[in-house]
Amino acid sequence: MTIQSSQPFHEPFEGVDMSELERSLMRPRTFLDVAGSALTALVTGAALVPLASVLWMLVVRGGKSLSWNALTQAPPAPLEPGGGFGNAILGTLVMVGIAALISIPTGVLAGIRLAQAREDDRIAFAIRFGAKVLTGMPSILAGVFVYGSIVLLMGGYTAYAGGLALAILMLPTIVLTSEEALRMVPTLMHEAAVGMGATSTQAVWMVLLPTALPGILTGVVLAIARAAGETAPLLFTALFSNYWLVANGYLELAYPTASLAVLIFNFSSVPFENQVELAWSAALVLVLMVLATNLIGQALASRRAGAR
Amino acid sequence: MPTNHQTFAQPPSARQRVLDQIFGVLTRAAAWIAGLLVAVIVLQIAWKAVPAVREHGLSFLTGTTWDPKQQQFGILPQIWGTLYSSLLAIVIGGVLGLCIAIFLSEGFLGSFAFRVLSLFGAQHRRWALRIPDRADLLLRNLVELLAAIPSVVYGLWGIFVVIPLIRPWADWLHARFGWTALFSEPLQGPGLLPAVIVLTVMILPTVTALSRDALASVPPKLRIAAYGIGATRWETMLAVLLPAAKRGIFGAIVIAFGRALGETMALAMLIGNANKISLSILSPANTLAALLANSFPEAGPKEVPVLMFAALTLLLITLVVNVFGALIMSRAGVEKKA
Amino acid sequence: MATAEAVLDCDIEELFYGTFRAVRDTHIPLVRNQITALIGPSGCGKSTVLRSLNRMNDLVRGFRLKGSVRFRGMDIYGSKVDPVGVRRFIGMVFQQPNPFAMSVFNNVAFGLRLNGYRGSKAEKVEEALKRAALWDEVKDKLNASGLSLSGGQQQRLCIARAIATEPEVLLMDEPCSALDPMATRKIEELMEELKERYTIAVVTHNLQQAKRVADRTAFLYVDTKENARTGYLVELEDTKRLFEDPQADETKSYIAGEFS
Repeated sequence: MTIQSSQPFHEPFEGVDMSELERSLMRPRTFLDVAGSALTALVTGAALVPLASVLWMLVVRGGKSLSWNALTQAPPAPLEPGGGFGNAILGTLVMVGIAALISIPTGVLAGIRLAQAREDDRIAFAIRFGAKVLTGMPSILAGVFVYGSIVLLMGGYTAYAGGLALAILMLPTIVLTSEEALRMVPTLMHEAAVGMGATSTQAVWMVLLPTALPGILTGVVLAIARAAGETAPLLFTALFSNYWLVANGYLELAYPTASLAVLIFNFSSVPFENQVELAWSAALVLVLMVLATNLIGQALASRRAGAR
Repeated sequence: MPTNHQTFAQPPSARQRVLDQIFGVLTRAAAWIAGLLVAVIVLQIAWKAVPAVREHGLSFLTGTTWDPKQQQFGILPQIWGTLYSSLLAIVIGGVLGLCIAIFLSEGFLGSFAFRVLSLFGAQHRRWALRIPDRADLLLRNLVELLAAIPSVVYGLWGIFVVIPLIRPWADWLHARFGWTALFSEPLQGPGLLPAVIVLTVMILPTVTALSRDALASVPPKLRIAAYGIGATRWETMLAVLLPAAKRGIFGAIVIAFGRALGETMALAMLIGNANKISLSILSPANTLAALLANSFPEAGPKEVPVLMFAALTLLLITLVVNVFGALIMSRAGVEKKA
Repeated sequence: MATAEAVLDCDIEELFYGTFRAVRDTHIPLVRNQITALIGPSGCGKSTVLRSLNRMNDLVRGFRLKGSVRFRGMDIYGSKVDPVGVRRFIGMVFQQPNPFAMSVFNNVAFGLRLNGYRGSKAEKVEEALKRAALWDEVKDKLNASGLSLSGGQQQRLCIARAIATEPEVLLMDEPCSALDPMATRKIEELMEELKERYTIAVVTHNLQQAKRVADRTAFLYVDTKENARTGYLVELEDTKRLFEDPQADETKSYIAGEFS
């Protein structure tokens, strides 16, 4: 049986110009394709311009006043020559240290508990959700919270309060990355530990934590990098100080404390050239600290991937 | 029963048992702290805000004057400033960030590097093999670098670079288009425009990273199928990949919007701290976060509840947006890529 | 079979996961210094039964056992018994080799540390590795990661790890199914040596392996009446007799190769 078509029979490719297969910008489809790529390339390049500009300014303007003095002395009065932000560096380090001491154990322990939870554990889900929401909270509100609770209670601005505010910001990140790192330990390994009669604590300490450590450290380091650069939470918890944290060899933590971020903020809008220049140098030092911390975090992350 | 060897196994010692219990308690407590912290913060701020809520009520949210001396408090201009600046930033930043995400996920730089190497016939040499991938990775890291720069440094940059740079343009815009609402006021230095520009730059990495994750979560077979029927790269992107990733991209935008709402320092330094409402992007304005940053240190005991009220408002706004964003992301099923 | 010789006497009346009855009427006494194999088609519950012997099934939601498993006369499912303690006396080797992400030495020493062993760990580690026929291959790289060994070596490492504390019983869940034939052969030879010291129960889907290695073999089958899939013990016999002269029809068919 032959199937009759209403149209006369053609050779399929009769009349087709094979040169149509050639790629040419004259065709709208090709043109749009190239245009699209060009456009996104342009946008990406444009996005890197601010980055270059910021880095350039930091190096040029910040590097200008960067000196040993700047790193080791206390802030100068307006128009007073010399001076530095050494106390601010110390303050940042100390407060980030306090924040780390508070948030790392709490965060890792919480991560352990969440990693032990079953799939259908509703409470664990709620806790995880709470942590996720907390990561998006404006950092200034951590300062407001600590102000309303600790500062008003203790009657003053302290390094403890500043450290606590930073800890609040670090905690959710550490919890979530610790849980993720622990969950990535193969279930088989955990089963082996259980099969040998390890209590759940022993399984965690002797097997899970050591195996997940690189991942946990990455999260911790990234949280630290973020906390070091925060200003808003410190504004009214640790306030600022023109003095050093150290007196008679002891750390004076119950007093207002300087920090790099707040120093930059304070000095950025004053009309005094010497303080503005110090602001730029402090910004350079701060960015270098943050970048170094980030690089350490990334190095840890790739070590985890490679060491398998 | 006789055994032919001595076992070294023993049941958990009392010490091991006690440690197990204690550790269990500790981890549970830590988890509860982490989960409840956000609720504690909300409650604490709300509690401290109660006196102000009682005294001012809703007029606080609709009033436009902020005068501590006269005890007149209204945060509508700040709410406006927060929303307007973040909206502008997300509109621009969303589009730009998406473009960058596409650029990164398509590996354009790598392909370009490959083409350049091919021009010299070197694309298969040993030293050249990893260059395209490394180029893409470098670009990704550079964009992430934008996220690592602290907000206060962006503020500094905004004051000394952005404002002087855009001044001439702003004056021109005001001169030419001053009759439109958008440019009705002149730029006095700090203002909405420089703040929005810097804010856009700051949320770019967030939009880019999350959108990239969304695009990467699209099953590869969709792309292959599109290429198979002869779609160009961009036809595939626009007609197949973006629609498939649209939930994740929408989530990315919402989350970035939430971040913009909460951004404090750069805005405090750049937005001009003027408590007024104006559609002009050249005018100064104020945001809730900036208000808090500037007012808290000098706040007397009468002002604190009022500021807490403002903080509560900011908290609730960002909470709603962030919860919304988190819900979208979990429904979108986007997996985090390295 | 004289239960007086049974180190681990498994007497399962019924075993449930939630409302699903997975196993019924399975009585398998493990005789001292003998290898008992559990064979049967997929889904007959042989792994489930094995895991019940050291309370590993406790990890699964809804697990319930009616019956008893007596270790040296004491029911390990007794209400006062701590499963963690039980697992210390009974070693387990899994289907997929699962060494810890630590050095070879620390893998084997893990059990010693767990149990608070105060003597020379190096001595015991060497002993265990020798008994697991792995010593010669790793003695120069005790600090290398356990994960850097080949599949067969990793499985022998897991065996060394399990026997380092000299448990009485060793449970092996298809220990060779992830390994190539040469590695399999090595482990089978190993099992012959190990049974001098330990009592072994091994689950295997490889009939030839059971024939080669086991002293006694238990054949389990699936009961598909009433839409249920419940496993049960069909026959438990000296291996030679089971394979040469099986009593039950199901056993005859299985051995003749009619089932999977």
